[in-house]
Amino acid sequence: MTFLLRRALFYLVTLWAAITVNFLLPRLLPGDPVQAMIIKLGGRLNSDAMASLYVLFGLDEQKSIWEQYLDYWGALFQGDLGLSFTFFPTPVADVLSQSLPWTLGLVGVTTVIAFLLGTLMGVYAGWKRGSWMDNLIPLTTFLSSIPYFWLGLIAISLLSVTWPLFPASGGYAAGLVPEFSGEFIGSVLEHAVLPGVTIVVSSVAGWILGMRNMMVTVTAEDYVLVARAKGLTRKRIMFAYAARNAVLPSISGFALSLGFIVGGALLVEMVFSYPGLGYVLFQGIGAKDYPLMQGVFLVITLTVLVANLLADIGYLLLDPRTRREG
Amino acid sequence: MNSKTKLGLGILAFFTLIAVVGEWIAPYDPSAMGDDLLSPPSGAHWFGTTMTGQDVFSQVLVGTRGVMVVGLVCGVLATFLSILVGVTAGFLGGAADEALSMLSNVFLVIPALPLIIIVASMLPSADTVLIAVVISLTAWAWGARVLRAQTMSLRRRDFVEAARASGESTWRIIVFEVLPNLMAVIASGFVGTVIFAVMLQITLSFVGVISLSTWNWGTILFWAQSNQALGLGAWWWFVPAGLCIALLGTALALINFGIDEYANPRLRKVRA
Repeated sequence: MTFLLRRALFYLVTLWAAITVNFLLPRLLPGDPVQAMIIKLGGRLNSDAMASLYVLFGLDEQKSIWEQYLDYWGALFQGDLGLSFTFFPTPVADVLSQSLPWTLGLVGVTTVIAFLLGTLMGVYAGWKRGSWMDNLIPLTTFLSSIPYFWLGLIAISLLSVTWPLFPASGGYAAGLVPEFSGEFIGSVLEHAVLPGVTIVVSSVAGWILGMRNMMVTVTAEDYVLVARAKGLTRKRIMFAYAARNAVLPSISGFALSLGFIVGGALLVEMVFSYPGLGYVLFQGIGAKDYPLMQGVFLVITLTVLVANLLADIGYLLLDPRTRREG
Repeated sequence: MNSKTKLGLGILAFFTLIAVVGEWIAPYDPSAMGDDLLSPPSGAHWFGTTMTGQDVFSQVLVGTRGVMVVGLVCGVLATFLSILVGVTAGFLGGAADEALSMLSNVFLVIPALPLIIIVASMLPSADTVLIAVVISLTAWAWGARVLRAQTMSLRRRDFVEAARASGESTWRIIVFEVLPNLMAVIASGFVGTVIFAVMLQITLSFVGVISLSTWNWGTILFWAQSNQALGLGAWWWFVPAGLCIALLGTALALINFGIDEYANPRLRKVRA
């Protein structure tokens, strides 16, 4: 239990750091874009919305930085992230709650697929070291060196412009209403194929490589030799003896590479105009919509931290050493 | 050194050369508009032209410098930071270690891309060097983590104890006894950081938060994307820049494998 408590504490500190950075950025960096935006929107802002933007972006000169910080936390706890300029006058929180499920679905499913697929391929590549499988490595390295968004561009160019097999943009066909019907779900799946495959192809290589290298190290251990000497089946040695131990660094690495993968996935959403957080962020960049961009950052950070906690629980189940008291 | 590493070094040398001479050997001014609009690759324009008749080949050549400069500056800065934090944490241990490891883990877990996008778009003038500094500030944490682990395994070795017993100062022990033994890890961290920085810079240019007045491979992709190059079937507009990124990334990754195999002999190729 101590292990989980320590991790949870660490994530809380990380969350605090992310929120504080978010608080400080608009106050430290020069320029006053939010002020400019408020002037531009002029009378269309009601006084409540104006007040919350003042709190979030530190435009209230009368208050000390410490008072501003407390007000900021107060606003966050009420779920108030300010108003979006792009989707004016929708609150940022509403925009984000609409797009978060799309990102969770797309990134969650593809990350799990890429992890399982990559780990399994890594197990075989490490086990059969010195065979043709070694040639897989330069190939996967090349694939992982391609930026996510460029692979997405190529996928669109080939599979939806040249050969129109899949739709190039959006989360579901225009004209459909989000509901629980076969038609809608089919459309969602069809639209998710290209972005999903793009994310899997570019993130799978990292897992293959990490797992392969650990397998190579583990199969040289004595206990694997003993298992062989006992005459256990090849499959049992490979999975129950070697892979089970080799997978641990991959799982603890999962937590740390998640932030990177999510970054790549956001770009894929931008390229495919997929209605998730990445596309929202992209629209925010174009309009210099700081409340929206900062809201996206906070929500993504929170999501990554929760996912990390889940990975830790998985680690706890796999590695008995972490369960020991002390 | 095996053939994979040599290939990696060769490609890297090629791009470094282009970074230096690219501006002189580019056949056209990359920003100059020409009469051939959106023409596919030909003898006059090896990589074709853009919507406004700019030469894509010249853009790729000239853009190489920005990419390599950011990669190099970030590599050096972030590696320096990671040595500072990682080696100090690993060598000192105790409360300093707890605090520094916490710091680097926080930086690792927070998704860097959205954060950098916000910072870059808030900066009034996001020029190449400034962006390189911002990227470095988020790129050091992975190296620090690896270096800390390696330093911890070194600090109780006999030769370090011997130096300590003979009254060497802590900093002298770190610089002359510990650091030379970390060179492989530092080198691989450096190469990894360069990959990360190059990717991030190209991404930032692509989403349009970096100033578009200087050319790099990401800027080309930005213009291609915002002018609907995909829908127009102008594959030559975005394929060369992307392939260059992938080639450079592969080259650096191959060099890193070479370093890994040097440091961990078990990974070397076995003759079947």
